[in-house]
Amino acid sequence: MTPTRIGLRAALLTLALAAAVPARAADDGEVKDFLLDNGMEVVVIPDHRAPIVTHMVWYKIGSADEPPGKSGIAHFFEHLMFKATTNHAAGEFDRAVSEIGGSNNAFTSYDYTAFHETVPPSALEQMMGFEADRMRNLILTDDVIKTERDVILEERRSRIDSNPQAVLDEEVDATLWQNQPYRIPVIGWMQEMEQLNRPDATAFYDNYYRPNNAVLVVAGDVDSDAVKAMAERTYGKVARGPDLRPRIRPVEPEQNTKRTVTLTDARVSVPSFSTQWVVPSYHTAKPGEAEALDLLAEILGGGNRSRLYQGLVVKQGIASDAAAYFQGTMLDATNFTVYGAPRGDARLSDVEAAVDAEIARIVKDGVSDDELERAKTRYVRSMIFARDKQDDMANMYGSTLATGGNVKDVEEWPDRIRKVTADEVKAVAARYLALDRSTTGYLLPQQQAGN
Amino acid sequence: MMSMVLGRVSVPAASAREEGKLYRAVATLCFALFFLLLPVLAARAEMNIQEVKSKKGITAWLVEDHSIPLISVRFVFDGGSAQDPAGKGGLVNLMTGLFDEGAGDLDSDAFQQKLDDAGAEMSFQAARDGTYGSMRMLSEEKNEAFGLLKLAVNQPRFDQAPIDRIRAQVLSGILANERDPNTVAQQRWLRAIYGEHPYSRSDQGTKDSLTTITADDVRAFHKANFARGGLHVAVVGDIDAATLSAKLDEVFGDLPEKQTLAPVADVTPRLGQQLEVNYDLPQTSLQLAWPGVKRSDPDFFATVLMNEILGGSTFTSRLFAEVREKRGLAYGVSSDLVDNEHSHALLVTTATRSDRAAETLSIVRQVVKDMAENGPTEEELAAIKKYMIGAYAINNLDSSSSIAATLVELQVDDLGIDYMKRRASLINAVTLADVKAAAKKLLSADPAVMVIGPPLVQIAGGGKG
Repeated sequence: MTPTRIGLRAALLTLALAAAVPARAADDGEVKDFLLDNGMEVVVIPDHRAPIVTHMVWYKIGSADEPPGKSGIAHFFEHLMFKATTNHAAGEFDRAVSEIGGSNNAFTSYDYTAFHETVPPSALEQMMGFEADRMRNLILTDDVIKTERDVILEERRSRIDSNPQAVLDEEVDATLWQNQPYRIPVIGWMQEMEQLNRPDATAFYDNYYRPNNAVLVVAGDVDSDAVKAMAERTYGKVARGPDLRPRIRPVEPEQNTKRTVTLTDARVSVPSFSTQWVVPSYHTAKPGEAEALDLLAEILGGGNRSRLYQGLVVKQGIASDAAAYFQGTMLDATNFTVYGAPRGDARLSDVEAAVDAEIARIVKDGVSDDELERAKTRYVRSMIFARDKQDDMANMYGSTLATGGNVKDVEEWPDRIRKVTADEVKAVAARYLALDRSTTGYLLPQQQAGN
Repeated sequence: MMSMVLGRVSVPAASAREEGKLYRAVATLCFALFFLLLPVLAARAEMNIQEVKSKKGITAWLVEDHSIPLISVRFVFDGGSAQDPAGKGGLVNLMTGLFDEGAGDLDSDAFQQKLDDAGAEMSFQAARDGTYGSMRMLSEEKNEAFGLLKLAVNQPRFDQAPIDRIRAQVLSGILANERDPNTVAQQRWLRAIYGEHPYSRSDQGTKDSLTTITADDVRAFHKANFARGGLHVAVVGDIDAATLSAKLDEVFGDLPEKQTLAPVADVTPRLGQQLEVNYDLPQTSLQLAWPGVKRSDPDFFATVLMNEILGGSTFTSRLFAEVREKRGLAYGVSSDLVDNEHSHALLVTTATRSDRAAETLSIVRQVVKDMAENGPTEEELAAIKKYMIGAYAINNLDSSSSIAATLVELQVDDLGIDYMKRRASLINAVTLADVKAAAKKLLSADPAVMVIGPPLVQIAGGGKG
């Protein structure tokens, strides 16, 4: 589940629900948000098409908030949240979910950790009860810690160490970011993960797993008054924790160099590259800049109608793939990425030069009104498609609220996208995509080392 | 990359089916391609499935839902990459990359431009035994979208330039994975368990086979495959039966009546063998296959329930408990029922640190042996029945596209339009004795085992478990 661009929604929703549908819900699908007395934020997204509800708790704590030397603790803690509590034996929550045919899981990123269950609405309050319980009542023993630490070490071997691309990505991040904690992998560095212990876990739990650091998102066949009453009966009983310090982390210094990171590996047979820049996120950007970056990514390399795909894959025929990507939903400054791989007789350097040329062309000549309109239409449309999936909607709101945004930011996003001008797209390309302040990663086959 | 998000367990990407072009996807039988796994079906009582019959005789299952202004269409023609002619491996997969590369009077660029204008997403995918298509559209643009789908289905151009380009992309993918230990190992595995059967071949073909495929080969297969006789259609969303009926005729009504497909033999996987694929890797992957079950077998649900208890998708399975929760040996461990039209298997997969791979393998075999000899407990069976019945809506009906995909598979498996209503009672009718018998029958076999990683280090006295 990759967090993609910031959410979308708004006007279209009301328009859509006004029409047909059995008139069982009086909410018109309107998203409601409110605070519990203990500081927990709640967002309710009604969707009455099926008797299903997605229940998520987002903690405003991710790997970028970890203490120095404790990399991986946020993700490790996510795993520990599935252990025994003073009220429920290990596995009891999982069995309760399984018994009603539900599904549950959790995930950790740089800025948040989320726990979620998808269940019939009749089980919602039970889920809230379990989730509220493990917010404060986990029993962490040395045995539990040791076994689960072995699991995350295996997870690291599976995800990173077994995959040359993942190994490279990790070291590109550590080079792109000179100061900001996004330089540290979410899963953690192996040697630090091996040392994570019970005091680390307990301190982390007590600091961050508090109602005043959490966002509850409920999407599905529910109404907001009922959700509020249930939330008060469950989460509402958990005492507010100490006020958390503002999430002010080290930020990037001025970057002045072009850096390259190269990995040659026997398992690689086709070379590839990616270039990244530090750019503002929705949370840090001046008004309109992040929206312009989203549109720039779409026009430059957002799909098979994009400039990179049409130019390099279709017309020049030198690449098997070429694309661009902007990760806007982040608390701190984020990254803008382009990547490509050659095909046939083309060399990696040909592909890289052609990608650079497409960027230079936008910096110099900007984008056309027609391609800007098309990109906007695609984004606005993606919002209608997103509404077809309850968990996509829940993720959209949850990730935005966990990275400094609010419900209004999500709802007004399409309007803000519509307002972006071609000049603004050109301006962000010129301002941020300078090659002499970029980081490029090369993944090379062994015999091409030194190419 | 910064998109990294870590989950408690990684969920197989069901979205693989939604991706644009399948040539990007790796299609091995070994891992969770969604349509190869037996769908877990239960009932969403109020979901009304209509059978729509068009004037020209096309049948589709329809779920009307006007709450969101979009329509999801999914269909399959019988016959997939197992139909690739000898020496032309990768033909069907290549074809599925070409439907948005020009049709009728529209060349590749013009077609894609119109598709973008209409706001429709169209994709085709080759599975082993079926050629799938899907389209998601805004209902206000349905005339334009169905018009483009009609062109793609009936008059794909298969122009040389797109063929060469898509072929080169497939080729790049094959080359890129040439030295990937897992890809190499999976190819050896398929060859070992399927021999010369078409299932032993990669859907994407090989460097040699791809170069031999011509535009005429693609056209010939399209003509043989895209016929009304082997077609199954499902539609979900903002469209009524009368409108759909006309659209069905428009899109599919003029196709030939009958398919001409090559017969594909049934094949029993060759078990009772061990493959060691040695690489110096930080982690060892283990893969074990036992016999599986046919969809039409009377033991079907007994086997599905047994598999769920053994290593199914919940966090409560026996393998999850023994391998991960108690010992921390692996991040993921699961068992899946692989259900192809002509072959079936039960597949256990995990990955573990190499110095404890022998121990992990021994524990997996111990858990399976215990299931074979003793079966599950009454409590386990009761709990998993509840899960299977309740999980249907959540696993299969959580979006228009997944409902449409589910309805197509029900038709392919010939389960009847009332299947969802009957499913819970079919599950409840399974007895403990049935499950024990199914476990004994399948899991007493000597499995095929593959070890990918450094040579196994044997430990004194076997595993702890």
